[in-house]
Amino acid sequence: MLKRLIMSREALLFGAIAILCALIATRFPGFVAPSNLVRVFNDTSPLILLAIGQMIVILTKCIDLSVAANLALTGMCVAMLNTVYPDLPIAVTLVIAVGLGALMGMFNGILVWKLAIPPIVVTLGTMTIFRGIIFLVSDGNWVNSHEMSASFKAFPRSEFLGLPMLSWTAILAVIVFTLVMTRTTLGRGFYAVGGNPHAATYTGLNVGRSQFWAFTISGALAGLTGYLWVSRYAVAYVDIAGGFELDVVAACVIGGISIAGGIGTVGGAVLGALFLGVIKNALPVVNISPFWQLAISGAAIIIAVIVNARASREKGRIILKSAEKPA
Amino acid sequence: MSLSDHLQGRSIPDRLQSPLEKRLKSWESLLLLVAIAIFIANSFASPYFLNAWNLSDATFNFTEKAMIAFAMALLIISGEIDLSVAAIIALASTAMGAAVQAGAGTPVLVLVGLGTGLLCGAFNGLLVTRFGLPSIVVTIGTMSLFRGISYIILGDQAYGGYPSDFAFFGRGYVFWMISFELVLFAVIALIYGVILHMTNFGRAVYAIGNNPTGALFSGIRVARVKFILFLLTGLMSGVAAICLTSRLGSTRPSIATGWELEVVTMVVLGGVNILGGSGTIPGVVIAAFVMGLVTFGLGLLNVPGIVMSIVIGALLIGVIALPRLWDMWRA
Repeated sequence: MLKRLIMSREALLFGAIAILCALIATRFPGFVAPSNLVRVFNDTSPLILLAIGQMIVILTKCIDLSVAANLALTGMCVAMLNTVYPDLPIAVTLVIAVGLGALMGMFNGILVWKLAIPPIVVTLGTMTIFRGIIFLVSDGNWVNSHEMSASFKAFPRSEFLGLPMLSWTAILAVIVFTLVMTRTTLGRGFYAVGGNPHAATYTGLNVGRSQFWAFTISGALAGLTGYLWVSRYAVAYVDIAGGFELDVVAACVIGGISIAGGIGTVGGAVLGALFLGVIKNALPVVNISPFWQLAISGAAIIIAVIVNARASREKGRIILKSAEKPA
Repeated sequence: MSLSDHLQGRSIPDRLQSPLEKRLKSWESLLLLVAIAIFIANSFASPYFLNAWNLSDATFNFTEKAMIAFAMALLIISGEIDLSVAAIIALASTAMGAAVQAGAGTPVLVLVGLGTGLLCGAFNGLLVTRFGLPSIVVTIGTMSLFRGISYIILGDQAYGGYPSDFAFFGRGYVFWMISFELVLFAVIALIYGVILHMTNFGRAVYAIGNNPTGALFSGIRVARVKFILFLLTGLMSGVAAICLTSRLGSTRPSIATGWELEVVTMVVLGGVNILGGSGTIPGVVIAAFVMGLVTFGLGLLNVPGIVMSIVIGALLIGVIALPRLWDMWRA
């Protein structure tokens, strides 16, 4: 029953994206050409990667507002490392990026787990701290394209079977985390912990530890995205991806991930991200000023959360229902 | 003293904590100590710190944010949150800018600013109370929506040309070095202190934050109280928008970016439980001074703003983490 509900919610969102594309196509057929759709997907890949991590964190009743700052700090670190050691193999860079990101995620996680500080407070704090550290390590300087080695910049762009590696990374993450969330005890634990923490504790799950791992995964994905972001745009500075954490949360909310925890799928997060990605890429095509984007994504979040709330209204005990919606 | 208490080895104190002792151990006193320590450290660190005019200037660092923080404190105590406050400032400021272009005078501008704030607050409140939606998601949405409307109207342009008497709100002094904003800050603090700590409404806010269902069944109109709190937060954002616009003398859609986080930081630093149910207005007042003193003191030492944000972030986590670490270490 629940599963069917989630399925239908994703089908609804998929339909919304399809209608959106169709509407744009009536005036600009070029938008739905495969080559352009590939470009839109590639452009949305960083958002997809981060949304998957954020989804897992939100599933456990937490929120990670530090992802964009984590991304920027990791990006700056690997970019500066690259200027010192230009010949470092890409595999090593990737490992360092994922590791650095995971470390920052663990820092969030340990504060939430061991000190029981509310996640929104922790990540609000680490968000500003990570941004500040970028300034400290870079001294406010930019790392520009000509300072980065060719191989460092080439990785996300290099193509395999007609798709850039950036897209492949996102696809790989989607596959891996779909399997983790549906086929492993770790993944099922995230749902259990968020769905009913007390019941999860009685079944022997450690709620805090699950949240710790959720933050670690979110951080690792943010670190990975950090390298991809910096090498794709070939520039690193303090403010890259500023405010991007809200896009990530927005993608999750649009994708039907319940902020109360326990409900959501990788597919939903991906579709939520793609919805925002299509809008962002369609605006210049249909000749609407990019200044409209912020308001449109805001309206999309509000509509999505209203629709999702309607879909899951009939759950819960009678007493709580009347408390939620008094006259 | 029951038998089970003895069996568990729990000792029951033979006298209750005295009110004075309780007060000395409170969050507010701890915070006040921090504030005094920062003040003393600052006066040693920079020779320019202990100067009446400099200190007066320093208050502008926090007065506008603190005005919102008082309303936000009530909202957070009731178990909700509003992340759209900075976006409301942007929209209210844009509305005032548009009014100026239409030839409005200062009284009309004030009404436009307050009205926009109220409307935005009502919109948030309606979505949260009528549709039963989680406020954190709603206000992340309206945060994009309100600022987005600002961007649609202004794009990369700016509004200016505010009337000269409008400048009083942000730059005026009531007497000597006491600025209008500082007086407004004190008055608003007093009003919110009375509302929260001395009225039925304030008790209702605590009750809702601790147990919304229980509050509903004891006859509190939960939805209406929450709606009013969202209205108040919107109104305070409107007030802050008037002060900030008046102080800057121009409006851009990027005005007050990131303020929502500083306001929430101020509230949490002030000892308000982010999960709702507890917190005081005096705590928020002291937190406002702490944040103002830190940013001002570091500014005098030529520390860049972004590095100050590390200190603010560390302060936010530190003041919550340290007492818990202390408890763990003693246990």
